[in-house]
Amino acid sequence: MLKKLLAVALAVIMIAALAACGKKTEEEADYSFADGDQYEYIGGTLNILNWGEYIDEELISIFEEETGVKVTYVEMTSNEEMLIKLRAADCVYDLCFPSDYIIEQLIANDLLLPLDYSKIPNAKNIQPRVMKIAEGFDPGNKYSLPYFWGTVGILYNTKLVDEPVDSWDILWNEKYAGQIWQYDSVRDAIGISLIRLGYDINTRNPDEVNAAKDELIKQIPLLKGRGTDDIRTNMINEQAALAVIYSGDAYECCDSNNDLAYVVPKEGSNVWFDNVVIPKTAKNVEAAHAFINFINDANLAARNTEYCFYSTPNQGALDLLDEDFTSNEIFNPTDETLARCAVFHDLGDFVEVFNRAWDEYVSATGVH
Amino acid sequence: MKRRVFAYPYVVWMILFIVIPMLFIFYYAVNVNGQFTLTKFIATLKDAGKWKVLWASVVMAFKTTLICLLLAYPIAYILSNMKKSVAGFISVLFFVPMWMNFVLRTYAWQAILEYLLPDLKKFLGLEGSVLMVLVYDFLPFMIMPLYNTLSKLDKSLLEASRDLGANSAVTFFRVVLPLSVPGIVSGITMVFIPAITAFTVPALIGNGMYHLYGNEIELAFKTLSGQGDYAVGSTLSIILLISVLVSTLIMNHFDKDQQQGGQLW
Amino acid sequence: MVKKAVRSLKYVYLGLMVFFLYIPIIYLIVYSFNDFTVGRRVAYANLGKWKGFTLQNYANLFSGEAGSSLLLTLEIAAISSIIATVIGTAAAIGIYAMKKRTRNLILNVSELPMVNPDLVTGITFMMLFAFVNSVLVKLGLKQVGDIPKLLIAHISFSIPYVIFSVMPRLRQSSDMLYEAAMDLGCSPLQALFKAVIPDIMPGITSGFIMALTMSLDDFVVSYFVSDLKSVLSVYIYSSARGAKGVNPALATVIFIPLVTLLLIVNLRRISKEREYEIQSKKVKLKDKGGNL
Repeated sequence: MLKKLLAVALAVIMIAALAACGKKTEEEADYSFADGDQYEYIGGTLNILNWGEYIDEELISIFEEETGVKVTYVEMTSNEEMLIKLRAADCVYDLCFPSDYIIEQLIANDLLLPLDYSKIPNAKNIQPRVMKIAEGFDPGNKYSLPYFWGTVGILYNTKLVDEPVDSWDILWNEKYAGQIWQYDSVRDAIGISLIRLGYDINTRNPDEVNAAKDELIKQIPLLKGRGTDDIRTNMINEQAALAVIYSGDAYECCDSNNDLAYVVPKEGSNVWFDNVVIPKTAKNVEAAHAFINFINDANLAARNTEYCFYSTPNQGALDLLDEDFTSNEIFNPTDETLARCAVFHDLGDFVEVFNRAWDEYVSATGVH
Repeated sequence: MKRRVFAYPYVVWMILFIVIPMLFIFYYAVNVNGQFTLTKFIATLKDAGKWKVLWASVVMAFKTTLICLLLAYPIAYILSNMKKSVAGFISVLFFVPMWMNFVLRTYAWQAILEYLLPDLKKFLGLEGSVLMVLVYDFLPFMIMPLYNTLSKLDKSLLEASRDLGANSAVTFFRVVLPLSVPGIVSGITMVFIPAITAFTVPALIGNGMYHLYGNEIELAFKTLSGQGDYAVGSTLSIILLISVLVSTLIMNHFDKDQQQGGQLW
Repeated sequence: MVKKAVRSLKYVYLGLMVFFLYIPIIYLIVYSFNDFTVGRRVAYANLGKWKGFTLQNYANLFSGEAGSSLLLTLEIAAISSIIATVIGTAAAIGIYAMKKRTRNLILNVSELPMVNPDLVTGITFMMLFAFVNSVLVKLGLKQVGDIPKLLIAHISFSIPYVIFSVMPRLRQSSDMLYEAAMDLGCSPLQALFKAVIPDIMPGITSGFIMALTMSLDDFVVSYFVSDLKSVLSVYIYSSARGAKGVNPALATVIFIPLVTLLLIVNLRRISKEREYEIQSKKVKLKDKGGNL
């Protein structure tokens, strides 16, 4: 009897699954991609290392169809994880999207392949002003091309926070104990603490780093948690009041929940650039270049931007995007905001001081 | 052809994939950037923060094991006194979750504690929540050996004890409990050691705020990017390895029924 | 009366404990029918916000990474446990015929992966493969890929379980079996397959099941070993920490076949036992009748 019941239950699930297969929701294709002759067959495989939810995965499917390349897409949650993977002798990735200071270090360690711009005609779409800023960590834009950029700030729920939010100090306010998310990343967390104390985020003074670490340890009892991509859902579902967040994620959260707001504090913050790079160990350099060119097609970049909510440096895409999108201050920060933000730089061997401070801080989170 | 020849492929495999990989942690513990150095090794050994975390993990594992034992013993005892066929059926119910991916179940607990039972999470706190999910994950591993031992217990001994005038409490403490020690010991081994190194549960349930020894090792290998962090992680692994071997030695000392394997550990 | 209360208390306790173990599984199965779409994204991380009934998650399962990681898990488990069983069984037979000192040495080393925390095993393999691959890269050769790496690691931690399942069986089986078969004109392989192996089959089977379980259940070792391909548990761990979350339909597709399989095996056993019980009762009745 039981056996029969189970068989029936199994059958129902199977049929349900099949029915669901047929009922795929229709996608509205805003940005058409009609030009089928533009991309030649390349074949082989392409291993991409990227951040979580940092590309519209349909773009990957289109790329696979157009070029016959089989893409393997791996997600990471921190720059340091990417660095470890790229520095490993057995690195298997053909494309990666690290941030500014990591690129600086990768260049210094001679781990990147110079880009062949003749294979990336769409690079012309990237705004010259962003290219210029990127030269700060990649002179001559030799090794990297900007993908997305943004700021770091505070996301807060206006229903739960009634005072004006304009300073990092609010993340140390005991009134919000148990309702604050800190970012689980060395440079971001220590950076915020440094700025709050009035120090430079690229400081090479061990005392300043240790002071910043001590402040972070003081903050531990007030935290709900330390996270990365998981902070988004938690904030959208109103499980916490305040969070450190990247601007694109903030935009997505505010879009899903109207009670959320984002601010870049008055003390200043970090402005960052995630560029696409090709590791020296890449096996399919041809496909890697084709992919870079592909994602910089104005139509596709616009579509990708709408999916990721991050600020695109692609002028072609910006021209196509809706006014609502481009006029949003989270997406398009004012010059005033940007003026108080600084870019992270590679710290060379001094990174060891940051790492030890971070190690101590993280260990402290475990012993309450 | 001698029969021992059949073991040769394994002996080669064992040297290549059990012995040599183990040597790597010792190699990397004293090696930074291809250069021999003891500085990282000694600095890690001297780092009080790491020992604090190790102690917190041991305490956590101890609590987990104790609660598992207290919850599992009655289950195994009740099952062992049931009719064989019914007990077999119910025990399957207890063991099915063991076959389902534990990371998936832990992930579900994360959501349950966040959305379905936020009050429970508030009540337990982060530490209590991590403890509860650890107990959840390891409970079947405690039930299994206890049930195996208790169900094989010679029932005539219990009758004899009763015939000799012992009440059921005395029978339990003087006869059943001593006879089930092998089950208790193997249950403890199956829970305590994996619980010390558990890093998935603290990572998923603790909101990145509950940091145990396993997370410490994961941090050194997976998220810190310094050149010397392999050395730190390797040193931490050596400490862990030694503590585990020592506790296994102690366990084996208690577990006299052990027949397999040699005498070394 | 008291006895009855104690008995029902026992059942309540068992029931509560079973319920405790199934809470997350039920939760996942219920939410596997939840609509997780937010705009163009699918946010499984919203596990706890009921939005509406849908079967879409089941359709997504087989097209996405969840499906491919499930397949990879089964593939690795099947291949690694078969190879581990072959090597392990042969090893047990060989080790059994060795001198006591060599035997103990090998068995002690074999116990290492069982005693060793997964975490340390995972790290040692990560370092081994990083080293081997860096040498291969220097020589201009192809690196060892994820699938061979996973297979080697899984086989290695499974073999000891096979050996220690087969050894007790060998102890029960006759020492003379192999020699006797050879004396009767069997080649060594024939002696092995026709005499020794059938005798120790139950040990081999339970070793195989252990190996399969260890491989299916592994998270830590695979987490440290693989770069590109993720087995199910690694996929779940990294998606759980990311923004997307895990498709809860996974729970159903693992749970239903598992329970079906186990229940069928168990019901069969129960019905056999009952048959046996009834028959023995009949025998007893007959005996009684005879006495009368």
